Amino acid sequence: MSFGAWGLTLSMGLLLASTVVSLAEDKPVQPEVIKQEHKGLYPWLPLAADGIHDPTNAVLKELSEPGEVHSMLPFDAAGGNYVRWAEAIEQGYITPRSTFQSYDPNAINYLDLDIIRPNTSIMPRVRFPHKKHTVWLDCANCHEQLFKSRAGATKINMWLILNGEKCGLCHGAVAFPPTECLRCHSYKRPASDYMRDDPTDRDDRTEQ
Amino acid sequence: MIPAFKNFLGFGFVAVLLVTVAVPAQAEYADIIINKRAEANGMRPVIYPHWFHRIRFRCKVCHTEKGFIMRAGSNEITMKDIVEGRFCGMCHNGQIAWTPDNCHRCHSGLPGLQSGVTGADQTRGPGHW
Repeated sequence: MSFGAWGLTLSMGLLLASTVVSLAEDKPVQPEVIKQEHKGLYPWLPLAADGIHDPTNAVLKELSEPGEVHSMLPFDAAGGNYVRWAEAIEQGYITPRSTFQSYDPNAINYLDLDIIRPNTSIMPRVRFPHKKHTVWLDCANCHEQLFKSRAGATKINMWLILNGEKCGLCHGAVAFPPTECLRCHSYKRPASDYMRDDPTDRDDRTEQ
Repeated sequence: MIPAFKNFLGFGFVAVLLVTVAVPAQAEYADIIINKRAEANGMRPVIYPHWFHRIRFRCKVCHTEKGFIMRAGSNEITMKDIVEGRFCGMCHNGQIAWTPDNCHRCHSGLPGLQSGVTGADQTRGPGHW
């Protein structure tokens, strides 16, 4: 028997064993029951069944359920909270405060400036819209620590992002996950880019 | 056996192993577990729901005005700070939001949770392998 076949046998065995173990475990059934009752609010799980909240906490019922709130906001099939947060704020579904005591619009430093990052290998170029970000964030949240203000001065690559650095500090943690490649890689390359054989233009590790 | 089929079985092994071992957390995206001190002091871990707060406040409110550093584990938050009006206590003071004597609304996590960002759709990329 080859390695592959052994591998399959072993893995199937593991799968069976884990199923048997999970069936045999004496778990409280309560979260499962709650999950069933909340079927209509899929994909948001009730707090008591989300795997991190303690279902025995009597105060849990005083907290808002994510499904009750998120189901009223623009739906995002890509994941995250299954909410298009930027749209929710643009279209007036939500009006978050701009300082911790007020809704003062002057406290928001809007900047309508798109940054194109050209060295993205074979992927479409990255368009960074300042506008969508300044709705939520202040200049100082990103500049000058995370990103330098001068275009091209900051070295960014997917390795850093997937490790939770640079864009990955938020995207993959609180903002839409980086598995949505084309939301950032949204600026079409000219066809001539793909015809040229210029390695320096395709290597995203070179200085940008 | 055909080599291609062997490869397929090898892939099957990895795939089934991943399904068996890497069961993703089910928590709401961007929920933060804060457990540096809570459990050591006999309380449940704190669960901070980003989603609930971002509906009411822009990110910059907490991440500039309140001084929360945007990296899990970077903030040293104590109950003394909160009661004296720093960090969570800037709002959770009975004026903007409810008071910190509602212990179990925040200290609501399962025992034994590790501090950090949770969420079912967190990228399981190279940084998490």
